[in-house]
Amino acid sequence: MGLRDRLRKGLSRSRETLSEIFYMGGEVDEDFWEDLEDHLVMDDMGAEVAMRVTDDLREQAAREGLRTARQLRAALAERISHEFATAERDPFEDLPSCVLFVGINGAGKTTTVGKLAGVARGEGRSCLIGGADTFRAAAIEQLEVWGQRSGVEVVTRERGADPASVCYDVLERAERDSADLVLIDTAGRLHTSPELMRELQKVVRVTRKRATMPVSVVLVIDATTGQNGLAQATEFNEALDLDGLIVTKLDGTAKGGIAVAISHTLGLPIYRIGVGEGIDDLQSFDAAEFSRALVGDGEGE
Amino acid sequence: MFNSLSDRLQGTFDKLRGKGRLTEDDINSAMREIRMALLEADVNYRVVKTFVSACKEKCMTSEVLDSLTPAQNVVMIVLDQLTKLLGSTESKLVLAQNRTPNVIMLVGLQGSGKTTAAAKLAYLLKGQGHSPLLAACDTHRPAAADQLQTLGNEIGVPVFRGDGRDAVAVASGSIQEAVDHLNDIVIVDTAGRLQVDEEMMQEAVDIKSAVKPDQILMVVDAMTGQDIVNVVREFAERVDFDGVIMSKLDGDARGGGALSVREVTGKPIKFVSMGEKPDSLEVFHPDRMAKRILGMGDVYGIIEQAQKVADEKQVEDAERMLLEGFTMDDYLGQLQQIRKMGGLQKMIGMLPGGERMLQQAGNQADESQLTKVESIIRSMTKEERKKPKKINGQRRKRIAAGSGHTVQDVNQVLKQWDQMNKMMGKMRQMTQVSPKGKKKGSTSRKQMRQMRGMMKNMGIGGMNGLGNMDMDQIAKLGGKKF
Repeated sequence: MGLRDRLRKGLSRSRETLSEIFYMGGEVDEDFWEDLEDHLVMDDMGAEVAMRVTDDLREQAAREGLRTARQLRAALAERISHEFATAERDPFEDLPSCVLFVGINGAGKTTTVGKLAGVARGEGRSCLIGGADTFRAAAIEQLEVWGQRSGVEVVTRERGADPASVCYDVLERAERDSADLVLIDTAGRLHTSPELMRELQKVVRVTRKRATMPVSVVLVIDATTGQNGLAQATEFNEALDLDGLIVTKLDGTAKGGIAVAISHTLGLPIYRIGVGEGIDDLQSFDAAEFSRALVGDGEGE
Repeated sequence: MFNSLSDRLQGTFDKLRGKGRLTEDDINSAMREIRMALLEADVNYRVVKTFVSACKEKCMTSEVLDSLTPAQNVVMIVLDQLTKLLGSTESKLVLAQNRTPNVIMLVGLQGSGKTTAAAKLAYLLKGQGHSPLLAACDTHRPAAADQLQTLGNEIGVPVFRGDGRDAVAVASGSIQEAVDHLNDIVIVDTAGRLQVDEEMMQEAVDIKSAVKPDQILMVVDAMTGQDIVNVVREFAERVDFDGVIMSKLDGDARGGGALSVREVTGKPIKFVSMGEKPDSLEVFHPDRMAKRILGMGDVYGIIEQAQKVADEKQVEDAERMLLEGFTMDDYLGQLQQIRKMGGLQKMIGMLPGGERMLQQAGNQADESQLTKVESIIRSMTKEERKKPKKINGQRRKRIAAGSGHTVQDVNQVLKQWDQMNKMMGKMRQMTQVSPKGKKKGSTSRKQMRQMRGMMKNMGIGGMNGLGNMDMDQIAKLGGKKF
């Protein structure tokens, strides 16, 4: 099953509800636009983005005389795809590279690091994992299991150690072993905790200072997150100057609309999306593909 | 940008408050605001529709429109409806009396916080005199059992891991283990699963039929968006849980999902999980939550928190303070107490109107002010702390240099101390006139007013902006502390 199919499957619920309104008698009236707006809100896109997208689409429809569901659907997909910021470089492809994974508790940081290490290893790259989550119970053990599975070495310290020192260690090690890709897992934290955010700032500062390779700070965000995702991303971005996003858990019924809002508002590109449990289910992000999967293109429904 | 629900509603009602009489248009515009605010707080879109139309209907009665204070009435109606939606009674954990061990099973999506919640629940039950056993039935996530084991060790609760392969076998094994070791409650932590993952959902059902839990609790992340309704509906159909633990409510998510869960499944929210520490699992109070959402402040929460941290020794200290005067050490102690209660930001956030105040202040209560005062006091000698009056110009200079602040800063701290000391003196007079043993209840209205005035002038550290908070409650708090 290709990426497109997986995405389509994952986002099918969203497409179905949209299909409802696109096929409702085919008459494009006031109710149609209101329903469309509501449904975009239900995709977690947020009231603001939903309103703007709907208004734009409405204008476009009037200007270009779009009337059929299919035309509107294509236009909507295109409109949404423009909301995403585009990546200038892919930190997992353009090596050497050091990537720090940050995010709130339970977003899927450790799992993402494990999967990415597996992929890099599979492509024959020399990869190193840094376990800077020295706070959560058994986070290091979890990472070590991933390391064993993919055959990637994990550099870490005991629980309770200073996470910044782990970053220092792993970068030193990477230089010695001339590793191309360094993936550093950090402890999950809520963006509302100033002390923990300060700690993370230090981790990022130390890493950026010590590293001789380009450092990217990536926010991992759960697709089921609602509007609070924007507050999270804003806080993390202010504190750490993020480079991009990874959206996980898109294999449920969640639509991940919050990704649209975050990517647009903060101008952050999405590097990868997680569409399943398997190691290969962490895929590159294609804005057009994602948008089409979100709204559907009207074929084969 | 992101506005929390209470801010949005507050804004709406501020507009209504100025009006003597409301028209239908006013109600409509208020309802529109409420609708948008609820949507932004992640309340499910269908739930919002029902809620808003119910509210509107109630608001359109002549009693509301023609009353002298229509805005307040609208607030009351919205609050009422919100409380109702959240569940009108507080629900506690129901355990069968005639069964040992009782079994509690936790289910939920990946990353919702089940393992942490399991440990917190065990800690809570242990504190109530139970002897819980944790069963590590998450055999899928790497090192999940290790995580539970570590947490179990920290709180002194045994963990049953079994062979760590077959979740159902571990679950059944844990019951036998509990019988053998006289544990009266088993808490079964399961793997995170997606509601669309047929195989995993079946596993949950299998565990359920193997251990026949008295309570199944679903752990739901407070930040979950619109999809929460699909998730809980599916879980309710397949494993039929009894209640919900809302996790990560210590963030700034408004937890609009809580409303949706209750409305869609009818299941009560039993606990809220508010932080990283094992004691941060709290019983869910729908009325408080509703009030908090509406920006009316979680005053009970503050009082409870104050009670929690006010231990025996502090009561003694309070009496000593009254008898012997207020020293710098006492001042320091109070600052630390504020920190213990979760810092200024949390406290202000719980006060009426506090959320909005925080926002106006750029969402950052000035913790640095606390730190500053602390560092200045810590730069004083023991003698100086006991008798701050003797701190002269030279000593001030030394303290300033020692703490890395200016002499003006030191002066300010001394001035604040002086005001607090004076207030303490007045309280001393008050308590001495009233008959012994009836200290707290006997304060007259006039004295209350005086005290309020004094409290207003106090201006502890960064709390200068708190002029418009509910002084009644603060005064009560004060009565507790001193």
